[in-house]
Amino acid sequence: MSFLSIRNLSVRLKKGPPLLRRVSLDVAAGEVRGLVGESGAGKSMIGKAVLGILPPSIEVTGGEILLDGVDLLRLPPALRRRRIGALCALIPQDPLTALNPSHRIGPQITDRLVDILGWTRADADRRARELLAEVQIPDPERVLRSYPHELSGGMRQRILIASAFAAEPKLIVADEPTTALDVTVQKQILKLIAGMQARHGTALLFVTHDLGVVSKVCQHLSVLYAGMVVEDTSVADFFAAPRHAYSAALLAATPKYTDPSAGLIPVPEAVIAAVQAEVAAFDRSLADG
Amino acid sequence: MHEARAIDGRSLVRRRAGLRLWLSAGWLGLLCVATLFAPWIAPKDPLAQDLFLGRLPPFWMAGAEPGYWLGTDSLGRDVLSRIIHGARVALAVALIAGTITCLVGATLGLLAGFLRGWVDMVISRLIDIWMAFPPVLFSILLIAVLGPGLWSIIIAIVVIDWTRFARVVRAEAMAQGAMDYVASARVAGRGRLGTMMREILPNVLPTIVVLLTLEMGIAVIVEAILSFVNLSISTDDPTWGGMISEGRTSVHQAWWVLVFPLVTLFLTVLAFSQLGEGLKDRFDPVLR
Amino acid sequence: MPVLSILLVRLLTTAITLAGVAVIVFFVIRVVPGNPIAMMLPPGATEEDIARLSALYGLDKPLVTQFGIWVSGVMQGDFGTSITTRQPVLDLVLGRLPATLELSIMALVMAMILGGAAALTGTRFRGGRTEGAIDVANGMALSVPDFLWGLVLILLFGVLWPVFHISGRVTPSLDLPFTTNFYLFESLIRLRFDLWADIVAHMFMPALALAIPLAAIIGQLLKQSLKETMNLDYVTLARTKGYGETRVILREALRNAALPTLTLVGVQFTFLIGGTVIIERLFSYEGLGNMAIDAVINRDLPLIQGIVILFAVIFTGVNLIVDLLYTVLNPRLRHA
Repeated sequence: MSFLSIRNLSVRLKKGPPLLRRVSLDVAAGEVRGLVGESGAGKSMIGKAVLGILPPSIEVTGGEILLDGVDLLRLPPALRRRRIGALCALIPQDPLTALNPSHRIGPQITDRLVDILGWTRADADRRARELLAEVQIPDPERVLRSYPHELSGGMRQRILIASAFAAEPKLIVADEPTTALDVTVQKQILKLIAGMQARHGTALLFVTHDLGVVSKVCQHLSVLYAGMVVEDTSVADFFAAPRHAYSAALLAATPKYTDPSAGLIPVPEAVIAAVQAEVAAFDRSLADG
Repeated sequence: MHEARAIDGRSLVRRRAGLRLWLSAGWLGLLCVATLFAPWIAPKDPLAQDLFLGRLPPFWMAGAEPGYWLGTDSLGRDVLSRIIHGARVALAVALIAGTITCLVGATLGLLAGFLRGWVDMVISRLIDIWMAFPPVLFSILLIAVLGPGLWSIIIAIVVIDWTRFARVVRAEAMAQGAMDYVASARVAGRGRLGTMMREILPNVLPTIVVLLTLEMGIAVIVEAILSFVNLSISTDDPTWGGMISEGRTSVHQAWWVLVFPLVTLFLTVLAFSQLGEGLKDRFDPVLR
Repeated sequence: MPVLSILLVRLLTTAITLAGVAVIVFFVIRVVPGNPIAMMLPPGATEEDIARLSALYGLDKPLVTQFGIWVSGVMQGDFGTSITTRQPVLDLVLGRLPATLELSIMALVMAMILGGAAALTGTRFRGGRTEGAIDVANGMALSVPDFLWGLVLILLFGVLWPVFHISGRVTPSLDLPFTTNFYLFESLIRLRFDLWADIVAHMFMPALALAIPLAAIIGQLLKQSLKETMNLDYVTLARTKGYGETRVILREALRNAALPTLTLVGVQFTFLIGGTVIIERLFSYEGLGNMAIDAVINRDLPLIQGIVILFAVIFTGVNLIVDLLYTVLNPRLRHA
C-alpha cells in the first residue's frame, strides 16, 4: 500500500486551460520518486497540490490525493491542513526567499513543533540543535540565534532541509531544491538530502528537471509533459531503455560532460509534435465524455 | 478593486472606474451650472433677511414654508439659495487656486527633479522648511497678512500647498530622467529644456492631472475652513464654510443650517477625489 | 562610524529647516496689518501710550534688530512675552502642549487600531464582499479631510445621539487635582478613573476626527503590503506546516508588511498634528492649535512665533524618531 497515492488528478487555471491532466502516481513509504519534465510541465504543481498550497488562481477539477489512505481533497480545510502539517514537509526551491527575514532561525525550525504538535520549548530547541548538527552546520547555537540574511545561501538551504525533517514527516516534497544553488554546492546538498532521507526513512517526492539528479537519488520516476504523465517507471528501467519517445529524447538531450565533441541535442520536432498530439487526443477524449 | 483577477476582471474595473468618473463629473457639472446660473436658479435672494421667517425647517417637516426648500437660517435667509451661491466661491477657489498651485508646484518640481544640482538642493530645502509649518495655521497667518478676499485665499492656498505638487513631480522627474528614452533624446541633440518639456513632461502629466483634481478638493476645504474661522471673503456673499460656522452655533435648534452645506461640501470634496481616482484608472496603461 | 555621520547630517539639515521656519514666520507676521498694541489698549489711548508700549515690546526697532534680539533670547530659553496675556510665551506654549500631544497620540493610536483592523480583515477575507466593502469605506475616509469628519461627528454624536462631549477638554465643574497638564496620563497614574473617563469622553470625538483619514491611509497601505507579502515563499512554507490563514497573516506576514507602512505613517502623523489646529477650534479643545488661532486673530506676535516654532520642532522631531524607529525595527538595517 503506497503512502501517497495520486489518482487521476486534474488541475486547471480557474476558467482557463488545464495544467494537470489526470495525473496518477504512487510513492511507497520510504521511497524516492522523481518528477521530471521541462519548465511548465506541471511537476511543481503536483507537489503543491499534495501540500495544499496551490495558488488561489488554480483549482482542482478532479481526482484523489490519498495520503496514508485518506483523500486530502475530500477533507474539510482545517483537517486537511492539520494532516498535511503532521505528515508532510516541503524543501523549497529558493533558500533566499523561503525564510522569514524578521524571525531568527531557531523559531523557524521549532515553531511547528511547539505550536502545532505541542512540544515543549526545551524539547523543540534540543531537536533543532540535533538537526543542525545532522546537516553539518558548525556552531549551531549561533546559527539558531541568527537572522536569515546573516547566512549564506548554501547554509540556508541546509537549514531548510533540517527544518523539513524536524517533525519526522512521512513524506517530503522537494521542489527543485538544488536549482537555485551554486553548482559547487549542489552536489553536497544532494548528498545531504539523500543521506537524511535514507537515515530517517522518509518518502520523498523529488521535483527536478535534471535527469542526472534523478539517477543518483530516485528509485522511481514519472515523466511529465504538459501536465500529462508520459512515462512512469523505475529508474533502472528508464536509463536502460525508456519506453516513450519523449523520454528517450530527454535522455539524449542531457549534456554529456564527458564528451565535449558531442554537441547539444535538442528534443526533435517530430517527438514534440507526437507528444503534443497525445495531449490533444487526451483533451478530446475528455470533451467527448 | 484594481487587480485584474480573472479574465473578465478588467472589464469590471473599467465599469467601476467609469461609474466613478461619471458620478463625480456629474456632481461637479451640477456645481458649474449652479455657479454660472446662480442668480437665475436660486429660488430666493441669498442675502435677503426676514426675521419672521427665521429657522424654518426643510420642506418635508412640519412648520415649513413653501418656496424655502431646505429651510432658513437664524436671519431668515434661504438655505438652498445660499448653498447655490456659495458654490460660486467654492468653484472659483477650486479652479483658480488649484490650477495656479499646480503650475507653480509642478514647474518647481520639474526643475528640481530634472536639473538636479544646486537647483534641486535649494528647492528641496525650501520644501523641507515649508513642510515644517502646520498648513492650517500657515493659511490663517497668511490671510491675516493679506487681508480677507478671494485673491488672498487663492494666494494663501498656492503659497502653502505648492509643495504637494513639487515633491511628487520632482520624484517622478528624477525617476523618468534616469530612464533610457531621456538619454536617447539627449544623444539626439536635444537641449536640456527641450528634453524636459518634450520627453519627461508627457509622462509626468497623468500624475499632475490627478493631483490637480485632488488639489481642487483641498482648495475648497481650505476656503471652508477659513470661512469657518471668519477669515474668508470680505463681502456678505454666502460661503459654505460661513454657513457651517453659523449653523454650528444653532445646531440644536436648526440642524438643517449646518447639515445641508456640510453635505454639499462633503459631496464636492468626494467628487473631486473620485474624479482624480477615476482619471488615474483611465490613465493607467495597464488597464487601457 | 557611518551611523554617527548620518545623524550629524540630519541634525544639521534639521537646524537649517528650523532656522528657515523662524526667519519666515518672524518676517511674515511683522507684515501683518494691524498694530497689536493698539488692539490691546482701550479706545482713547494716546499716541504716547501706544509708543511707550511698543517700545516695551521692542516693536519700534528695525526688523533685523528685532530678529537678532529674539534669536539671542531664544538661545537663552526666553521666547518673549505674550502681548495679550503678558505671560512668558514659553510658559504659555508649554502649558498647552500636553493637551495637543495627548490628543495627537490618542488619534494616532486610534488610527493604527482602525487602519490595522481594516487591513487585516480585508486580507483575511480577501476576494469577497467584505474586502470590497472595506475598500469603499477606506476610499471615502481617505478623500474626506479631518475637518469634515469633525463636523459629521459633531452632528452624529453631539446632536443626534449625544454620547460624547463635543466641547472642551473636561467637564468644567470638575475639581482637578493635577500637577501637570497631562490630564489623560495623570488621571491614570492617580487611578482617578472617573476623571479619566470624563476626559476620554471629551477627547474621543476630536481624536476620532483626526484619526479617520490616517486610518484610511494605514488601512490601504497595509492591506496592499500584506497582499504582496502573502505571496512570498516563506508564507507558503508556513502554510505547509499546518498553520491556518489567520495565524499565517499575523505570524508571518504582518511584521514584514508593517515596515514600509511605518515610514509613511510617520510623515502622515505630522499632518495629523497640523490638523489639530482646526479640530481643536471645532471642538473648543484647549490645546496649542486653538491658542494659535486666537494668537493670529489678536496679532500676538511673540506668541505666534513661539507656537509656530514649537510646531516645527515637533514635526522635525517626529520625522527623526520615525527614521530611527525604522532602523531599529528592520533587522537588516541594524546589522548593515
